[in-house]
Formats: sequence, structure tokens, C-alpha cells
Amino acid sequence: MTKIKSLFISLLLILGVSTAIAGSHGSTHDLVKERGKLMCGSNTGLAGFGAPNDAGVWEGIDVDVCRAVAAAVFGDASKVEYVPTTSKVRFTVLQSGEIDMLSRNTTWTLSRDVDLGLEFVGVNYYDGQGFMVSKDLGVSSAMELDGASVCIQVGTTTEMNLADFFKANGMSYESVPVETNSEADAAYTAGRCDVYTTDASGLYASRAGYPDPSAHVVLPEIVSKEPLGPAVRHGDSEWADIVRWSLNAMIIGEELGITSGNVDEMKSSNNPEVLRLLGVDAGYGAMLGLSDDWAYNILSQVGNYSESFEKHIGPNTPINIQRGLNALYKDGGILYAPPFR
Amino acid sequence: MTAFSNQSLMRNKYYSWIIKNLFSSWVNSLMTVVAIIFIYEVGTFFLNWAIFGADFRTNFRGELITDRTLCSKNISPGEFGACWAIIYARWDQFMYGFYPIEQVWRVNFVYVLLPLAIIGILFDKLPFRKYFIYFTFIYPFLAYFMLYGGPGLSVVGTNKWGGLLVTLFLGVTGIGLAFPLSIVLALGRRSKMPIVKSLCVVFIEFIRGVPLITLLFTANVMLPLFLPDGVNPDNLLRALVAVTLFQSAYMAEAIRGGLQAIPRGQIEAAQSLGLNYWQTTRKIILPQALKIAIPPIVNTCIGLFKDTSLVLIIGLFDLLGIGRAALADMTWTKLYYEVYVFISLVFFIFCFGMSRYSLYLEKKLKTDNS
Repeated sequence: MTKIKSLFISLLLILGVSTAIAGSHGSTHDLVKERGKLMCGSNTGLAGFGAPNDAGVWEGIDVDVCRAVAAAVFGDASKVEYVPTTSKVRFTVLQSGEIDMLSRNTTWTLSRDVDLGLEFVGVNYYDGQGFMVSKDLGVSSAMELDGASVCIQVGTTTEMNLADFFKANGMSYESVPVETNSEADAAYTAGRCDVYTTDASGLYASRAGYPDPSAHVVLPEIVSKEPLGPAVRHGDSEWADIVRWSLNAMIIGEELGITSGNVDEMKSSNNPEVLRLLGVDAGYGAMLGLSDDWAYNILSQVGNYSESFEKHIGPNTPINIQRGLNALYKDGGILYAPPFR
Repeated sequence: MTAFSNQSLMRNKYYSWIIKNLFSSWVNSLMTVVAIIFIYEVGTFFLNWAIFGADFRTNFRGELITDRTLCSKNISPGEFGACWAIIYARWDQFMYGFYPIEQVWRVNFVYVLLPLAIIGILFDKLPFRKYFIYFTFIYPFLAYFMLYGGPGLSVVGTNKWGGLLVTLFLGVTGIGLAFPLSIVLALGRRSKMPIVKSLCVVFIEFIRGVPLITLLFTANVMLPLFLPDGVNPDNLLRALVAVTLFQSAYMAEAIRGGLQAIPRGQIEAAQSLGLNYWQTTRKIILPQALKIAIPPIVNTCIGLFKDTSLVLIIGLFDLLGIGRAALADMTWTKLYYEVYVFISLVFFIFCFGMSRYSLYLEKKLKTDNS
């Protein structure tokens, strides 16, 4: 008996010893500052959005949001610790406080926003679910997919959208469940399913890697709205504000033509909004509990939204995604940040 | 006998062996021929793919391969060989995860000492074995200090660990911790004390009744929800606890099989000599029981070693996770075969090693009384 008891006690001790007590009731912002680095939930690997490169450095447009927040809080975009999360554990990891924010191509939906206790602070990529099939299938519309087998990542909104779409159109499908996006891609390439469905961005990314990209078509139907954006825990509005405005600063930066290259010259601009954004006119950082040059740090170290987009997923990258919906509102897209004043 | 006749005798021996085993009837002959053709075709295809037609660091034009578009097979349609450059480029990640590159010597140090720490347990005829065993007990603390850091060494959090390091850490530590635990559980299950017995039975059956994935999820997802905000046990450690509990339950059942195979007379003989429970167990029962249980124990160890790759689903980058992350990078995406073949090879080396060792041990311990 004592053996067993001591066994359990020692197990508890093991847990206890390794426990890092980070202080339980402070605000996230204080916690982050105290810790000296931002814990950011990222993907376990999605090309262009968040994946480690050969040197082990995380890159992607989702990763850039983490870096922007770190630049705003610490003035140093590299003070981020990435916590790779799968689609199943991402929300629990955020709820339990293991990460400070989640930036992992996560769709903003009502139930996630309200029921799961998350707070989505904005959209950094407007996506929509599409279908890709082999050209040999001779299909030109998703309406012709009755009876097809579909590779689908489990536990995602994609799965539900798929069911909704087929049900609404009185069609049936056979699902081939897979765990990760790369697995879905591999299953589709190996011919285990006729249709590969995920967010259109993912389809383009996969197609770019095929030996013969032109042998596959992305069907014209986009069956869902998938606004992807960073999320934080419910109930800490100050922290949510910081993350929200870090993202907004990148978008406003593009709007005002401020890039990482010209940010220093722009400090002597005549445009009052530029001066407010870059902290030349003081006061706006303090409202967020940050230093006045927080947005300057974001734009100089991470760059504006367009730079991030072009660098990771734009037409000059193998992923080759056009701005489309993700262009600024004045360029025909729907990307729109509230005014900085 | 002359050399010539000796030779022809040898030839006859091979000849008759071949006739007897491979061509004894026309069905067998047919199967032999088909099998040979099959092995030849598959073998040559694989060797051509993996070695003769493959790119290692450079492609057929002699350029250093820095991304997948430079692989021969992506340049010229006639080429189909593997492109191992991804393994070279990601070697550090495969071996150490995201461990800071200037600190990697610490991991190498631990890797190099691992055989020294294990060898004392594996071979009993080793000279100076006593000192090796001492080292075995020091090693875990040394390894932990080297890997994690502490006074004199910078701290490298476990979230930076990855690749083979995580696989070995979970495999070796999981097996090492589970072994004593499983002996306790196995003895407890055979105990006459009702509470101890039922506790052990419930524990073992509960753990064996759920898949490892469930345990990992519970440890990873449920545990933090029960703990206060901001109290987060280390991610890797949570996985280690799950893996250890899982392994101890399975190993306990393997050991119980060994315990049950010991004839009742052995215990009675020991008791009649005046040995108490612990003496009987330690000197009479366990040595025999563990010997019998070697094959199933090694079986569960091999199983566990491979199961460690399940930690991928809770966001830990083991060898497999690193491989998948490499595939997700636009630079290297789509080189599935190379990555998965490489990972299989690494797993094979370790698992095959364990399996050969258990065979060796069985032969050595065979005393012909069973």
C-alpha cells in the first residue's frame, strides 16, 4: 500500500516540480512582459502560413502576426516562443493559458467566438473552402461531384462545410478522413480520393508543389466564408486590444504606404495619421499600455501587411496566391482596418 | 579426400539443399521463380531509387541542392531517383529539433554517453561492469542537466527539443521509468492484500483499456484545465507521464505472465528455507520470472518506441513531426518518400537492435529447465 501511495505521490511530485508557476491572476500583458517572451500558438507546419525553415526559424503570414505582437510589446519581433498546435488541441492550449495568443489559420465562427470562450481580434486572411480535382476526372463544377470520395481533415470547419454543401445540393460523398493537411495532400496525390478539399489557399499551396500543377483544377465554387485570424482568450480586453491593433498596424501601414524600407523616412511625413501611427505624435502607445514606437517597431521589423503577404504567399512565391479578397478595400479587396486616431 | 571431391561434395550439398527447399515440386518451383523475380524487380527498383539514381547533396548537373526545384527529378522528367538533400538540409532538426545550434554539443554528448549508460545493464560479462552500472544511475541526472541546462549551462526549454532527441527521450525514459513501476504493479496484482491488488488491477486494466492517444490527449488537454491558470506542467513531461503509465501497464502484464509461469514449488521451497516475502521475490521469483518475460517485455518496448510518434498530435515534434514540418515547408514540400523512408530507417535501426538483443538474451539465459 505504502508503495502505491508513494508511487502516486512521486508522480504528483514529478508534475509539481516541473510546474512553472507564472502567477495566476495577472493580466496577459503583464504575464507576457514578466516572462520576457510571447507564447504564440502556431501551426505544426503549413506552407506560407507557419512552418519552420531549414534553420528552424518559423516563417509565414500567421507567424508574422505573432512577431508583430512581440515587436509591439517588447520592441523585438524575435521574442516569440512558438507552440506548434494541431487543429484538435489549439483551443484547449489557448484556454488553459499555455499560449498567449493563437495565430494558426483558424476560422472565426460564432460558436468559437462565443461558446469556446475565445476572442477573435481580426482577420489576417480571408479564405474560402474550395475543391481540387484531377483534370482527368473531367469535372468542371462542384455540382458534379455526387458520389465522389473526399479527403478531409477531421475536426475542422472544412469538414462541416463539406457536409453542409453536399446535403444542401442533395449529393452524397465518401469521406477519407486524415489528420493533417500534408496527409490530405499525400492521400489525394496517391489517388486515395477523387477530391481534395480545404481552404482555397491550401489548395493552391498544394498544387504548386505537384510535378505537373496544370493536371489539377481548383473548381470555381467557393462553398464557405473562412475568415482566418488570430485569437486570444475571452475576458482580457486589454490584451485583445494589443493583438488587434498590432494586426491593424500592419494593415494601416500598407494603406499609408509605410514599409520596413521607408519607415524611417516616413517619420518626417506630413500626414498626421502616419505621425500618429509611428509614434511621432505621442500618446497612442500609452493607451494600449505600450511604448509610443510600438507600431514603428512592427513596421520596421515585420513590415506591413503587403510585405508579409508578398514574402510568404504572394504571386512570387511557389504558393502563388493573388491578393483577391485580401487586397485593401481601396484596391478591390475587403481588407479594412479602423482608422488610427 | 582430395580437394576436388571435397568441392564437389560441397556443391552437392548446396544443390540438394536447393532442390529440397526451393524446387521440390512444380508448385514450389513456380513460387520460387516468381519470388525471385519479385525480389529482383523490387530490389533493383528500390536500390536505383534510393542509391544509384539518387541525388545526395548535388543534382546531376553538380549543383548543390538547396530546394526541391533543384532535385534532378524536378529538373529532368527522365530522372526518378530520391532527393536526399532534404535530409541533409534538415539534419540538425531531425537529430536535435530546434535546439540552439551552438549548444548542440550538449545533445551529442548525451547521445555518445547513452550506449555507455546502457551497456552495463545489457551485458553481464562486461569488465568493470560495476562502474558501468554506477554510471547508469548517474546518467539520467547527467543527461537531464546537459539537455535542460542549469548552473553553468544555459537553459534550453523542452519546447526546443525535437526530432530524434524527443523520440529517444520519450522511448528511453519511458521504458526506464516504466520498468520498476511495472514490477511493482505486477507484484501488486498478485498480492494477497485486497486493496493493493484491486488498485493495481484497476490501474492496469484502465490504462490497457484506453488507447495511448487518449492518454496523451488527457495529459495534454485535460490536465491544464484542472490546474489553476498559468500552472502548466511542461508539455514534454506531460507526454512522458502518459507514455510511462501506458508502458508500465503493458509491461506489468508481461511480467505477470512470467510470474505466473513460476511453479508454486519454487515459492514453497524458498519459504521452507525461511526466506521472507521480499527475499523470495527478489532472489527466487523475479530473476526467473523476468527471464521468461523477456520476449513480451521487449515486444512492448518496441511497440512503445514506435508509439512515441503519436505525440505529434499534441504538437510535439518527434522524428516524425520534424519530418512532416519539413514537408510543410515550401522549399522541400512533396518529398514524401525520402522523408518517410529516412524516418522508417531510423526507427528500424532502433527496433531491430532491440529485437536482436532480446534474441541474444534468450539464448544466453536458456538453462533448459523450462
